[in-house]
Amino acid sequence: MAEAVDLKAIGTRPIRPDGIDKVTGRAAFGADLNLPGMLYGKVLRSPHAHARIKSVDLSCALEADGVLAAISGADLPNESPSDLAKNVLARDKVLYHGHAVAAVAAKTLAQADAAIDLIDVEYEVLPPVLSIDEAIADGATLVNESQHTNGDTSKPASNVAATTMFERGDVDAGFAEADVIVESEHRVPTAHQGYIEPHACTATANEDGKSTVWCCTQGHFEVRSLTAQVLGEPVGNIKVIPSEIGGGFGGKTIIYLEPLAVKMSQISGRPVKMMMSREEVFRATGPTSATWCKVKVGAKNDGTITAATAWLAYEAGAFPGAPVGPGCMSVLAPYDLANFRIEGNDILVNKPKVCAYRAPGAPQSMHAMECAIDELARKLEMDPIDLRMKNAAGEGTQAPYGPTFPPVGLKECLEAARKHPNWTSPVPEGAGRGLAVGFWFNIGMQSSAEVRIAEDGMVTVMEGNPDIGGSRAGMALMAAETLGVPYEQIKAHVGDTEATGFCNVTGGSRTTFATGMAVIQACEDIIAQCKQRAALTWDLDEDQVDWVDGEAVPKPGVNADVKPLSLGDIARGAGRTGGPLLGRASLNAQGAGASFSVNLMDAKVDKETGKVDVLSFTAIQDAGRAIHPSYVEGQMQGGAAQGIGWALNEEYIYDAEGVMENAGFLDYRVPVASDLPMIDTEIIEVPNPSHPYGVRGVGETPIVAPLAAASNAVRDQLGFRIDDLPLSPPRVLEAIDAQG
Amino acid sequence: MGAYAYLAPSNVSEALAALQREADAGNRTQMLAGGTDVLVQMRSVDRGERTFVDVKHVEEANHLDIGDDEIFIGAAIASAILFENEELKGILPGLLESSDLIGSTQIQGRATIGGNLCNSSPAGDTIPALIACGAICVIASPGGNREVAVEDFVTGVGTNVLSATEFLIGFRVPRPQGKSSSAYLRFIPRTEMDIAVAGAGVALTLDDSGTCTAAKVSIGAVAPTALVVPDAAAALVGSKVDDAALAAAADACSVAASPITDKRGTVEYRRKVVGVLCKRAAGIARDRAAAL
Repeated sequence: MAEAVDLKAIGTRPIRPDGIDKVTGRAAFGADLNLPGMLYGKVLRSPHAHARIKSVDLSCALEADGVLAAISGADLPNESPSDLAKNVLARDKVLYHGHAVAAVAAKTLAQADAAIDLIDVEYEVLPPVLSIDEAIADGATLVNESQHTNGDTSKPASNVAATTMFERGDVDAGFAEADVIVESEHRVPTAHQGYIEPHACTATANEDGKSTVWCCTQGHFEVRSLTAQVLGEPVGNIKVIPSEIGGGFGGKTIIYLEPLAVKMSQISGRPVKMMMSREEVFRATGPTSATWCKVKVGAKNDGTITAATAWLAYEAGAFPGAPVGPGCMSVLAPYDLANFRIEGNDILVNKPKVCAYRAPGAPQSMHAMECAIDELARKLEMDPIDLRMKNAAGEGTQAPYGPTFPPVGLKECLEAARKHPNWTSPVPEGAGRGLAVGFWFNIGMQSSAEVRIAEDGMVTVMEGNPDIGGSRAGMALMAAETLGVPYEQIKAHVGDTEATGFCNVTGGSRTTFATGMAVIQACEDIIAQCKQRAALTWDLDEDQVDWVDGEAVPKPGVNADVKPLSLGDIARGAGRTGGPLLGRASLNAQGAGASFSVNLMDAKVDKETGKVDVLSFTAIQDAGRAIHPSYVEGQMQGGAAQGIGWALNEEYIYDAEGVMENAGFLDYRVPVASDLPMIDTEIIEVPNPSHPYGVRGVGETPIVAPLAAASNAVRDQLGFRIDDLPLSPPRVLEAIDAQG
Repeated sequence: MGAYAYLAPSNVSEALAALQREADAGNRTQMLAGGTDVLVQMRSVDRGERTFVDVKHVEEANHLDIGDDEIFIGAAIASAILFENEELKGILPGLLESSDLIGSTQIQGRATIGGNLCNSSPAGDTIPALIACGAICVIASPGGNREVAVEDFVTGVGTNVLSATEFLIGFRVPRPQGKSSSAYLRFIPRTEMDIAVAGAGVALTLDDSGTCTAAKVSIGAVAPTALVVPDAAAALVGSKVDDAALAAAADACSVAASPITDKRGTVEYRRKVVGVLCKRAAGIARDRAAAL
């Protein structure tokens, strides 16, 4: 399937269809919708990281000026509420500072702000659990008294919500065979996705029980089902219309405000708009896990890795569900190993419930292992590319998590790195150079698409994945390629939950792969219909008609004196041949190809201040097939920027009571443009055999390798390793001073 | 948010009258220059009712006068305008580079040195630079103008000597003579759009042999207010501003600093880095002076 024969549209770089609206400010984002009579909703948030709620009194707030609704947990369905429901609005306990406790809706934002302060909540304050070490210590305070590890109630309750294990071969024998062993532990701090657009939604409930929600989300079908679940309503009661989205990176795959807005609209009979402040985004939405990883790897003198182990502990926040499973899947995925053991631990702490963040869980565990592999190369006095190449996973390698890899591009990325100027050029004077491998397995899941042909032949592609990274352009390119018509003839459209078929979330790097495949199949449906219509028009059999370059033509050898029929020709005459042309497809996509990367980074530490300057950065990644190369490069650069930020400065800083001290972009330091060099990219194309054009998801892998690339570059310059992240100036200077 | 009023007087006497009138009516007033601090605070930490009195339209606060002995810089002049003034940049490089560090290009079109001082943050970048170059605040007061040295202007975190009926018109700065120059450096974990973890402003004068004959050193973000560090200046004066003198000045700054540990840095880190900044800033000022 994957042979690319004379691709015409795919691989070109046209302007994205949503581009003009976005650069002119015309595009409507989550907070941009206003409706007549609309109220403003605000959330009262917990001032404690851990406390029992003794009572919530809304009466004063309900009497306040302009207030038309006020709710607490008691106002939502309370028969064994899900973790999600308890996160949306706390019930018996608040589990982190910023946890939603109550909400009000008032005629003005100022009235809503004022009313929040009138809600009287009585708390019994409990000691907070603020780190993995505290959580797993003997006699630790329990975040959830009824949480047992893996649900095993025969054992005492624990903050370890779940454990996972991947194991193969004989680890002890493997280490016994090793000539060199490296062992280290690494901590990576909590990091937020840092999307520019805070969460926002507007909801309006009708008297017939039906509600409409407008919101910024990565998946409006999930918003529909989750909102329905929290409110105890049928899915069919709720329609969700996605706005344009100002970044998500996994953080907008979940809901926070939507059920509150719907509920308060039901109570007040008015539309309710809710918008988080940046501070609320930091305090109450899911970042990714802080982690503690212990890794060990052994090799023979020739570089053959004989055994590796990883012990991973990930903070889940207030409810189970840290991405430690994917962390386990990824940590050793680049290597073809006979003996390994990977243990994962999902740990409850009194912090916000974590949420997906770009390759969830992989950056942290792979940071640890790629640091260890770097040290292994140093001990073996072996080139780090040679060491990785010697052990690299390829087609036929059984991944640590079970399946056998079809063709994957790790070796091709390593070879490209070996030839890249960022590797072959001398390391700049006084600087260091780091290399690391990244990986993400990617997912498929369910998608639907419709292709509609207007009477002039214009093509509308209708699908249901919010466009975060240029996916409309990608869909249009695949449709143009399949149909054989110009890109400009295609309009790609993201439909709401009632305008288009079900699509899972825009996440897992699945959209271009899975929804793209649905679009391609829907286009093939159109082609089949066009051939049928042409056959009818020409009085031929269907199998006597071909579709070539956007036109129906008689097959070679068919004796017919007819002019080719274009899409427009057939559409114009569609009324005579069976009605409008409408193609459709739905699928549960299998075979999302894993995407490997290799990153190179030159960095220079100011030894008097501890500041790390990034001198150059190169991202090399297997895209399978780059549908729109600019947006593939954009993903690679964006992921690199986020990974570098996490490596160098981003972290949640908590006080002793569990209050985040840097809940804003001033002190939660994502890189600004001038902090980064131009990030060089090289797209490798090892086609994914499971996709018609060879696509692999590319969105997540880019954030994985920068963490270890940074650590390894700093190690290279300083001559010693700093195990933990971020490599912030105070940490780096302290480490330099400790070396004397 | 509360109710806000906005006044835009066009000269000092109108502004003073407005402040007095509001005070007499029991209204809270706040001076507004670029608004790059005030407007942010108004939307976050301090939403109370008040009357804003905009200094951007006050004629005297927009004067820039580069005299032979003295320079006057109006408190309401945007940093971007100052930084485009090549003559002033040559004369007071330390002060101009300190104001150029604050905010993005867009912010600099609004932000002012006067506003930075009146915001009175411990981390205000222009404050050590103003102190190092000997700037004097010219304050409009009901009884006539009064003058206060910049090092005496800020009284604590977010507080200063201005009463509710006074405002800052601008700065008198002695024009550096001979081989005199200045520099300001701050440390931030990023390259821009950040707040100083530590800052150091140095102004110095060299004689024809390259020996330092006068110096003033001020450090920021390492105490509730910017500090003057006479010991650091003393370490430079009489030296060729060589490595030994620079190291001694750095040590003096580290000793003089009394920082706190917070989300932006630890006590130990700030002490160390403020010395490094002093050393580097003094080296830059020396090179600039020597090139005159």
